[in-house]
Amino acid sequence: MNGTAGSMPQTEGKMTRRTIPLSLIVGGVIVGLHLLAGLLTLFWTPYDPTAMVGGRLAGPSLAHWAGTDRLGRDLFTQILIGARIAIEVGSGAVAIGAAIGVTLGILAAFATRTLDDVFAAAFDILIAFPTLLVAMLIVAASQTASLFTAVLAIGIAGSAIIARLTRILAKRVLSMDYIVAARVAGSSWPSIVVVHVLPNIWPTLIVNLALQFGLAAMAESSLSYLGLGAPPPNASWGRLLQEAQGTVYTAPFGAIAPGIALVTLVIGVNLLADGLRAFADPTRRGRR
Amino acid sequence: MTALLTVDRLSIATQARQLVRNLSFSIAPGERLGLIGESGSGKSLTSLALIGLLPETMAATGSIRLDGTEVIGAGERQLVALRGPAAATIFQEPLTALDPLMRVGRQVGEVVRRRLRHEGLPSSAPAVQTRVLELLSRVALPDPERLARVYPHEMSGGQRQRVAIAMALAWRPKLLVADEPTTALDVTTQAEILALIGQLVREDNMALLFISHDIPVVAGTVDRVAVLRQGELVEAGPVSDVLQAPADPYTRSLVAAARTFDTALGRLF
Ligand SMILES: Nc1ncnc2c1ncn2[C@@H]1O[C@H](COP(=O)(O)OP(=O)(O)OP(=O)(O)O)[C@@H](O)[C@H]1O
Ligand SMILES: [Mg+2]
Repeated sequence: MNGTAGSMPQTEGKMTRRTIPLSLIVGGVIVGLHLLAGLLTLFWTPYDPTAMVGGRLAGPSLAHWAGTDRLGRDLFTQILIGARIAIEVGSGAVAIGAAIGVTLGILAAFATRTLDDVFAAAFDILIAFPTLLVAMLIVAASQTASLFTAVLAIGIAGSAIIARLTRILAKRVLSMDYIVAARVAGSSWPSIVVVHVLPNIWPTLIVNLALQFGLAAMAESSLSYLGLGAPPPNASWGRLLQEAQGTVYTAPFGAIAPGIALVTLVIGVNLLADGLRAFADPTRRGRR
Repeated sequence: MTALLTVDRLSIATQARQLVRNLSFSIAPGERLGLIGESGSGKSLTSLALIGLLPETMAATGSIRLDGTEVIGAGERQLVALRGPAAATIFQEPLTALDPLMRVGRQVGEVVRRRLRHEGLPSSAPAVQTRVLELLSRVALPDPERLARVYPHEMSGGQRQRVAIAMALAWRPKLLVADEPTTALDVTTQAEILALIGQLVREDNMALLFISHDIPVVAGTVDRVAVLRQGELVEAGPVSDVLQAPADPYTRSLVAAARTFDTALGRLF
C-alpha cells in the first residue's frame, strides 16, 4: 500500500488486458459443437430418427457413425436430437432454478433476522431431499410426463441449492464497506442489488449454475431412464441409455455413444463457466 | 447561525451493552469538529448513527438533527434523501470501501448520476463522464481519463482514498464525515490526503466531522475537538485549549501518549 498519487503499481497495464482464459475457449468450442448439432436437428438429420434404416444393433460404420439401435434406427441421428433436448433441459432448468433461487436468496439476505433464519432452514430442508426425488414427485404430481414438466421439475428441485448459495454470497457482499459507502451516498436497496450485489456474486454463481446445468442434463437422463422424462419419440440421451441397457454386452456402443455425448457436454459447460468466472472477475484476469 | 448537526443526549446500545452514552455535540455550517478517543470508544458508531446506518442489532435514543431532519426514528426514504446532500462519509479502509468489480469511473459515476437526477439535471452518459473526470481531477488524481478505467485493486491506497473522497464530494454535501481516513496509509500519503481534505472542505465550505485517534492529525485539521471515552464525552472545546491544556485526566493521558510517541518519531507536535 505504498505510493503517492503519482506512482502506479507496475502490474497495472498487464492486469487490465483481457486475456481470454483457455477454459473459456475449450468450453466454448465443446458447448458450441453441441449447440450446433442441436440446432441442426431442427432442419436436418442424417436419417429419419423413427425409421428403420439399417440392421439391428449394428456397430459403428461409415453409414451409421454410432451404429443402430435394436429397431435398426440410426443412433447418431438420435444423439444429435438428444443434444438439443439436453441443452433445452439444461438451460431451461437452470433458468427456472436461477430465477427462483436467486430471487429467494436475495430476499433472504435482506430479510430480518428471524425471517432469514426461516429462509435458511427452509433451504436446508429442501436441499436435504435428493433433487431427483423432488423432480420425480413434481412430475408424478403433474400426472403428465412431458419435456416441459421435466424441465420445470428439475428447475424447481435445483432452485434450493441456488437460493442457499445466493443467500450466503449476498450476505457476504452486504457486509462489505462499499455497501455502507453506497448507502451513505444515498443508494436505495434495489439499486444496491443491481449495481453491487449481483455483479459481485455472479462470478461464483455462474460456476454453480454450470454445475446445475450438468446436473439438470443428467437428471433429465435419469428421469427418462425411469420413464418420467420426455416421452418418445424425443430421443433424450437418458432414454437412449435406458434402451441400450438390455443389450449393453452385445452392443456396448449403444450405451457408450450417448454416454460420451452427455459427459462431454457437462465438461464443456463447466469449462465454459470457469472461463466466464475468470473473465468476469478483474482481480483474477490474466491469471490462469 | 443554526447548527447543521445537533446531537443531543445520544445513546447507542445493543441488548447486552451500552456502547455510547448521553453524547451531545453540534456542528455549525462550515465548522470542523474532531472526534477523538481510543479504539472502541464508539467513534465509528456515532458517525454511522448520524446518517441512520447503525446495525440492526443496535438501538439509538436521544436526538440527532441533521440539516433540519430528525434522524432517530426516521424512515428509510427520509434517510436516503439525507444521505449525500446533507452528509457524506469517507471510510478508514479505502480498498474495501470501493466495489472490487467495478471500474473506478463507474463507481463515481453512479453517485454523480444519482445526484444529477436528484437535481433534475440531464444525466446522459457524457454528462456524467464529464463530471466524473472533473471530480477525479479535483482530488488531484493524475491522468483521470486513464484512472477512470481501472479497477480499485490496480490503484495505490492513496489513490483509492482519493476516489472515495471524490465519491463523497460528488453530492456536494453540507457535512463531510471522515472516519479515520488516513489510518491505512503511509505517512507521506497521509499528509497529502489530509491536505486535500482540508483544501476541499475550505473550497466547498463544507462542515467536517473528523474522526481519529491520532491527535497530531486531528490538531492540524479541525477547529474544535470532542473527546470520547468508552462511549462518553469527557471534554470538548477549541483545539488549542483542549490539546494544550487538557482539563480531563483521560485527555491528558491521550495527549501525553501522543507527545511521547511523536518525540520518539522526531515529529513536531
Ligand atoms: N456490530 C456490532 N455489534 C456489537 N458491538 C459492536 C458492533 N460494532 C461495534 N461494536 C462495539 O462498539 C464499540 C464501539 O465501536 P466503534 O467501532 O464505534 O469504535 P471506534 O471508536 O470507532 O474504534 P476504532 O478507533 O478502533 O475504529 C466497541 O466496543 C465495539 O466492540
Ligand atoms: Mg472506528
